[in-house]
Amino acid sequence: MSDPGALDAAAGERAAYIHIPFCHRRCPYCDFAVVDLGEQPTSFDRYITALEIEISMEPEWCPLKAVNLGGGTPSVLSPEQVGRVLRSLDDSFGLLPGAEVSIEANPEDWTEQHATELRRVGINRVSLGVQSFDPSVLASLGRVHDRATVVDAVRNAHRAGYDVVNLDLIFGTPVESMASWQDTVAAAIGLDPNHLSAYALTVELGTALSRAVRNGAPGPDEDDLADKYEHLVAAVGDRLAHYEVSNWAEPGRECRYNLTTWGQGEYLGFGLGAHGHRDGVRTRNVRRLDVYLRRIEEGVSPEAGREAMGEWERERERVYLGLRLRAGVETGEAGAALLASPAGQRLLAAGVVELHGDRLLVAQPLLTDAVAREVLALDPFD
Amino acid sequence: MTDPTRIRNFSIIAHIDHGKSTLADRLLEYTGAVAERDMREQLLDTMDIERERGITIKANAVRLEYRAANGETYTLNLIDTPGHVDFSYEVSRSLDACEGALLLVDAAQGVEAQTLANAYLAIDNGLEIIPVVNKIDLPSAEPERVSAELLGILGGDPNDVIYVSAKSGTGIEQLLEAIVDRLPPPGGVAESPLRAMVFDSYYDTYRGVVCSIRVVDGEINSGEALRFMATDLSDAADEIGVLLPGATPVTRLGRGEVGYLITGVKEIDLIRVGDTVTDAATSADAPLPGYQEPKPMVFSGLFPADGDDFERLREALDKLRLNDSSLVYQPETSRALGFGFRCGFLGLLHMEIVRERLEREYDLDLVATAPSVEYRAHLTDGSTVQVRSPQDLPDAQVLADISEPFVKVMVITPSEYVGTVMELIQQRRGEMGEMTYLTPERVELHYQVPLAEIVFDFFDQLKSRTRGYASMDYEPGDYRRSDLVRVNILLNGVPVDAFSSIVHKERAYRYGRAMVERLRRLIPRQLFDVPVQAAVGSRIIARETIKAQRKDVTAKCYGGDITRKRKLLERQKEGKRRMKMVGQVEVPQEAFISALRIDE
Ligand SMILES: Nc1nc2c(ncn2[C@@H]2O[C@H](COP(=O)(O)OP(=O)(O)O)[C@@H](O)[C@H]2O)c(=O)[nH]1
Ligand SMILES: C[S@@+](CC[C@H](N)C(=O)[O-])C[C@H]1O[C@@H](n2cnc3c(N)ncnc32)[C@H](O)[C@@H]1O
Repeated sequence: MSDPGALDAAAGERAAYIHIPFCHRRCPYCDFAVVDLGEQPTSFDRYITALEIEISMEPEWCPLKAVNLGGGTPSVLSPEQVGRVLRSLDDSFGLLPGAEVSIEANPEDWTEQHATELRRVGINRVSLGVQSFDPSVLASLGRVHDRATVVDAVRNAHRAGYDVVNLDLIFGTPVESMASWQDTVAAAIGLDPNHLSAYALTVELGTALSRAVRNGAPGPDEDDLADKYEHLVAAVGDRLAHYEVSNWAEPGRECRYNLTTWGQGEYLGFGLGAHGHRDGVRTRNVRRLDVYLRRIEEGVSPEAGREAMGEWERERERVYLGLRLRAGVETGEAGAALLASPAGQRLLAAGVVELHGDRLLVAQPLLTDAVAREVLALDPFD
Repeated sequence: MTDPTRIRNFSIIAHIDHGKSTLADRLLEYTGAVAERDMREQLLDTMDIERERGITIKANAVRLEYRAANGETYTLNLIDTPGHVDFSYEVSRSLDACEGALLLVDAAQGVEAQTLANAYLAIDNGLEIIPVVNKIDLPSAEPERVSAELLGILGGDPNDVIYVSAKSGTGIEQLLEAIVDRLPPPGGVAESPLRAMVFDSYYDTYRGVVCSIRVVDGEINSGEALRFMATDLSDAADEIGVLLPGATPVTRLGRGEVGYLITGVKEIDLIRVGDTVTDAATSADAPLPGYQEPKPMVFSGLFPADGDDFERLREALDKLRLNDSSLVYQPETSRALGFGFRCGFLGLLHMEIVRERLEREYDLDLVATAPSVEYRAHLTDGSTVQVRSPQDLPDAQVLADISEPFVKVMVITPSEYVGTVMELIQQRRGEMGEMTYLTPERVELHYQVPLAEIVFDFFDQLKSRTRGYASMDYEPGDYRRSDLVRVNILLNGVPVDAFSSIVHKERAYRYGRAMVERLRRLIPRQLFDVPVQAAVGSRIIARETIKAQRKDVTAKCYGGDITRKRKLLERQKEGKRRMKMVGQVEVPQEAFISALRIDE
């Protein structure tokens, strides 16, 4: 069981997100800001330089406790390029000792040499995009690696001395049978990761998957997703603590960057389409590479939009985000308002939410959004 | 004032698309009434919906001056008639204003049921009929066959049939001559108090109610004090005039003349089609025969999708009624749908037109309950209750039995489809009546069928089963006792009044089954299992379960993009807000609309 206090504490820490948009091919389900290198060959160095400039443009802030390089596929960068980014973060804000420095990696990129060199420039956590161990599922997800690649990648991470090795899994691909998923889960557990993320295949607008589904291809099925999720929860059992809807970890190995985002903490976002949350304001960057580069090179902020929230909106947000954690969230004003509302009463009666001391939590994680919607609809004087 | 012997009042009876408008245009053109390009706009009502559906709801009258071969000039009043069964009362009033009718039939199509029904109506009203075969220019035209059909119906001599092409103008002169020669001049008594019949009325924003009238006895003078006999309303004739086709005021309309009348009346309700106008001073002893209160045949609940729109719906209905006195409505409360109105319509088409106008012109989002007819519940104490909505049906303990309206249906079909048609009628609990061969290839069939069976998709079924060749018409018949029950639909144990329906006992299971299956598909999964049941009284006849929702979470890594996620949740919440709560169950608007859509 993860310690709720420790998890909440992460929210008070400062973090940074760096978006590396490059992929050798775009996965059919992905709607992240991605630059498909096959279609749009791009100079990584130019992008890294832009990141350095963007980081240097950011006003002074506190030292960072967590850094996350997400994508896209950050593992396509050279260790030298990753090093430049980390150095410029350190120069601008400082990296605290023991800071979590995480990278998303495609298994096929995760050679022993690459792992070792990245470890040397300061990366200490890796998130491997495994998704599945079933060749037919991997093929339908547009992935090019196989089971052996994943096994190697995990071994390479261990050999290189990573503190945390996370495996990303996707369940509910229409071609995935229950047996296939059971095998994927067993294989993942067999690799003994100290962190595991399992995501339900989500049909995002504007993706190839969404077009296919609209044209009649089967999409993920609610019952299938629920069955698979439940299987996973049972199979992981006590090996790892289930600390968030989609995340499991050895206690103390929870992803600090993600805890910051769920805990309504503040983080800086750099790069294409990156999101930040600073001084109570949420910002997002432009999603087009040419626009991003031009703005930076002209010394203009690449920000595409921002959102400042009122006090009550922030309180609601605190609760709906915090409810993603299995340990729940301090009840506070919005939690109390929820419990007082008819909808909240219904959720309580149905056993979807529970009150544990001063913490409100979702007892049926698969219904978290049903609760979140009610929280977001609360008025301050209800 | 025109010499009555030089007046000919007539209308054109035709099936949709057989060329009525084109022929009217040609007659106008030939008699020099209007410049060609203005014609369509002038003669026909311009309401969008009517145009799209290819029908004219409101009859209208145009005055033509024709110099005949005999050297005399005649006044021809062309009185337009609505073309749809829903408006048969209006049709017969329009026919009442005429001495004759052109029975216009497409040479490539032949006689259709509606045409025939209206032709019978005209014959019953004592009108002189001129059979006209149109579109003889078409390569597919079969004028002889169609002419034989017409003569089979009307009797008479083959030489009586006039052949025209409304498109090219062929035969128009012969037709005009036939109108002058063969149609009788108007009768009536000149030296007598005024009696004029209102055969149409509509609301004009600037002028108030405009009536189309036909003077039967006496004369009407501009400025004169008038009395509407059915409603006993008195007012002055602010303006009288004729349509040339532009409105042209006159000081007087005499016996046999047709024109328009504007009084100070602003509410369409107060002026009824079929009413008799007399002069207030001398006042006729009795009104002209034939007047009936508008009688709704089909009822449906209309509810605003957004409960806040109730007042807007009321205002919209009030406005529509200014133009349509046959629309009736009264407030109704539904447990499932909230506040709305139970509306009565002349028929299904009328219902659809009203709904479309409410949605389109008044920007309302509506939920309509399944159309129902007016049942009569006979109670054990001997009394009778009108039932216009399934909820009005009294409890079983006090209910002796139920009767339902039947209609007289006429179908005209190619003989090869007689079997198919009979089968359909049988499925609809119809009783066979007369069957007449119009020609060896075409049959006229008569039935008595419960109106409830017609208002659903009877017409569509008839069309699809006969590949579009059969046509039909119906008129009100009598009430008959039937073995009827109310099927209730329960959601999570709570009856949903909007879905309940009065159906024949043998249909109850099918209705219940279809409804629960539909609802299971249409209602999203909730936090708990939701039983959907169909029941007759306390007996459950069908059951489905909407399984509890199992997954409602974004189980995905969405990075720091909190704003977008929140907006998505808020949008979803907004969507849920638009759902109707039935007990504890959230039912989307679409579920009401789709579940009540009639398809088999
Ligand atoms: N070929 C041909 N077409 C005609 C004739 N009369 C009407 N039409 C066409 O038939 C269609 C329906 O005519 P319309 O006058 O609108 O029919 P309504 O629905 O009876 O008013 C139109 O496309 C006309 O152009 C005709 O004499 N010959
Ligand atoms: C930024 S993405 C991928 C980074 C890296 N290129 C990779 O493929 O591993 C991080 C994770 O999100 C998950 N993911 C992305 N799109 C998803 C979707 N539409 N549905 C479910 N999970 C998704 C995948 O498990 C993926 O590994």
